[in-house]
Amino acid sequence: MRESTRAQGAPGGGYALHLALAPPAGLLWLSVPLAREDPGYPSIADLYPCASRMQRAAYDLLGIHARDSADHRKWLRHGAWPDGAFPLRKDFDIASRFAQADDGYAFVKVEGEGVHEIPVGPVHAGIIEPGHFRFSIVGEKILRLEERLGYTHKGIEKRFETMTLEEGARLAGRVSGDSTVAYAWAWAMAVEGATGTEPPPRATALRGVLLELERIANHLGDLGYLGNDVALSFGFFQFWRLKEDLLRLNAALFGHRYLMDRIVPGGVSVDLPREAAARLLEQLEQLEAEVATLKSIYDEHAGAQDRFIMTGQVTPELAERLDLTGFAGRASGMWHDLRVDHAVAPYALAQPAIATHTRGDVAARVSVRFDEVAESVRLIRVFLRELPAGEIRVPLAASPGGRRGVGWVEGWRGEVLIALETADANRIHRAHPHDPSWQNWPLLEHAVMGNIVPDFPLINKSFNLSYSGQDL
Amino acid sequence: MYRLLRQIAKTGIITEPAPQSDESLRQLEQRMDEAILKHFGRSLAIRHVDAGSCNGCELEIHAANSAYYNLERLGIKFVASPRHADMLLVTGPVSRNMEEALRRTYEATPEPKLVVAIGDCGCGKGIFGENYASCGAVSNVIPVDVAVPGCPPDPAAIMRAILTAVTTAAKGR
Repeated sequence: MRESTRAQGAPGGGYALHLALAPPAGLLWLSVPLAREDPGYPSIADLYPCASRMQRAAYDLLGIHARDSADHRKWLRHGAWPDGAFPLRKDFDIASRFAQADDGYAFVKVEGEGVHEIPVGPVHAGIIEPGHFRFSIVGEKILRLEERLGYTHKGIEKRFETMTLEEGARLAGRVSGDSTVAYAWAWAMAVEGATGTEPPPRATALRGVLLELERIANHLGDLGYLGNDVALSFGFFQFWRLKEDLLRLNAALFGHRYLMDRIVPGGVSVDLPREAAARLLEQLEQLEAEVATLKSIYDEHAGAQDRFIMTGQVTPELAERLDLTGFAGRASGMWHDLRVDHAVAPYALAQPAIATHTRGDVAARVSVRFDEVAESVRLIRVFLRELPAGEIRVPLAASPGGRRGVGWVEGWRGEVLIALETADANRIHRAHPHDPSWQNWPLLEHAVMGNIVPDFPLINKSFNLSYSGQDL
Repeated sequence: MYRLLRQIAKTGIITEPAPQSDESLRQLEQRMDEAILKHFGRSLAIRHVDAGSCNGCELEIHAANSAYYNLERLGIKFVASPRHADMLLVTGPVSRNMEEALRRTYEATPEPKLVVAIGDCGCGKGIFGENYASCGAVSNVIPVDVAVPGCPPDPAAIMRAILTAVTTAAKGR
């Protein structure tokens, strides 16, 4: 079961806690009204360990306590606003500015003979997002890793509340830039649900094409970096050549290299004429053949495989207990993929094949990524073969305030969820974008245990989690 | 190994000509004399700092290191520490949680140094704006020499901005 929690100021001036749970039958949205004075609720972190950080974030932003929780430390709040100021409360002015205070975060201390600490970040040694990693090591081996995130918190949820439903699409597409298509689709789905707007069939088919192109581009980039991280720079140059070819094609056919703002509430903003579709299929055929060649080179490269196999393992038992999601979950035996489990158009007809593995190591995540690239190419072929004729966008229906909508999309990294409540005149009352990285970051702490420090970048890249997506 | 070598031979050299510098991107008057820039131009060490971006700009900085753009052939390389850097390449908006880290990174970079701000957010035109958690433009926190707009700017635009920063301004400026 996977979940997202967020408390919010309810319209009556009190509070409510909202939980999104994913039992096998679908998505369950639970709303629990809370007391106005000293709002609190019983912690669910003992049932769902990944809820712990979400509960801490809910306190930082709303002042809602998880009672009996084992961890009451702040999470998204550093020194930019004081305890007692809660940015997501309706009486908090988005333009408020507080003097920077000392972060004063209490890391867990690891003591014992021969243990020492390596603090890394927030500014990292590569071209990566900022975060802090505190390694406790013995000799070369990692005994424990503690993550400290929240560095890129830029007030996204509060910003949503200043926007209309249509404007929110652009912001949703920038919660985590590498997943812009998944977020834009989830946003559109939530808005369409809340307003009762039905996107045209041609638009939903094109959304499928865009989402799979995003999946391919990200997997190609990471497969390249995984080669680079095991000193096979050949892999980096080859995969990034293929990725660049794809990005240029995206720009030529859809007008943006990363397909930002192509999915909008009500449909898509750009059509794909017949000759453009033919060009896309032609390039995908070449790409498929090249990726197959590179896969055989990776598979047979003893040095690379030696570094990939049994590195950064998350066993299926651990993945199940801690709710690992997305392709990383599938590499650890979690048979979940929204495109399969709860297929919406255009996936329902295309019958996507789920890619899985059970070893849960870097090699398994590499294998799942290769399989998913091949499957995405197949899906795009099916979508384009069955591409319905007709319009690509309809206007949003006007809706009164107080409506709710949910968007739930299997992005390349995992499931992206948008929970939305509307205000009058098609404005946003509340919006919570949920990144799959919330679930997977804590698993990275487990995946690195017992591995050597130099393998951390490799393990980290094999998951490639979003900082911006969870920092909000 | 045979297959790997064959793939390299088959791919050949795909690197494209480098873009030209673009004076319209310059924010500050040239801060360095010609002699230093001439020296920098031959070998430039860059420290990238993500000060709060959505990670879109990072995708394009990675792409600039791909074989098509091949930044390294111009003597430009990314380094692991600000103490080794001549230039900071900063993406934003600068979150307030990164404000101090960015300032310290700037201070740790030895003089003479250059700063290039990347993307609409780094330029102060981004969608996140300025708020309780965001300082907005990079230039609100540290001095910026060159700023390149775009959401995200493509690799050629990023290269143009880097080259502009290390190019001596036309006489009479």
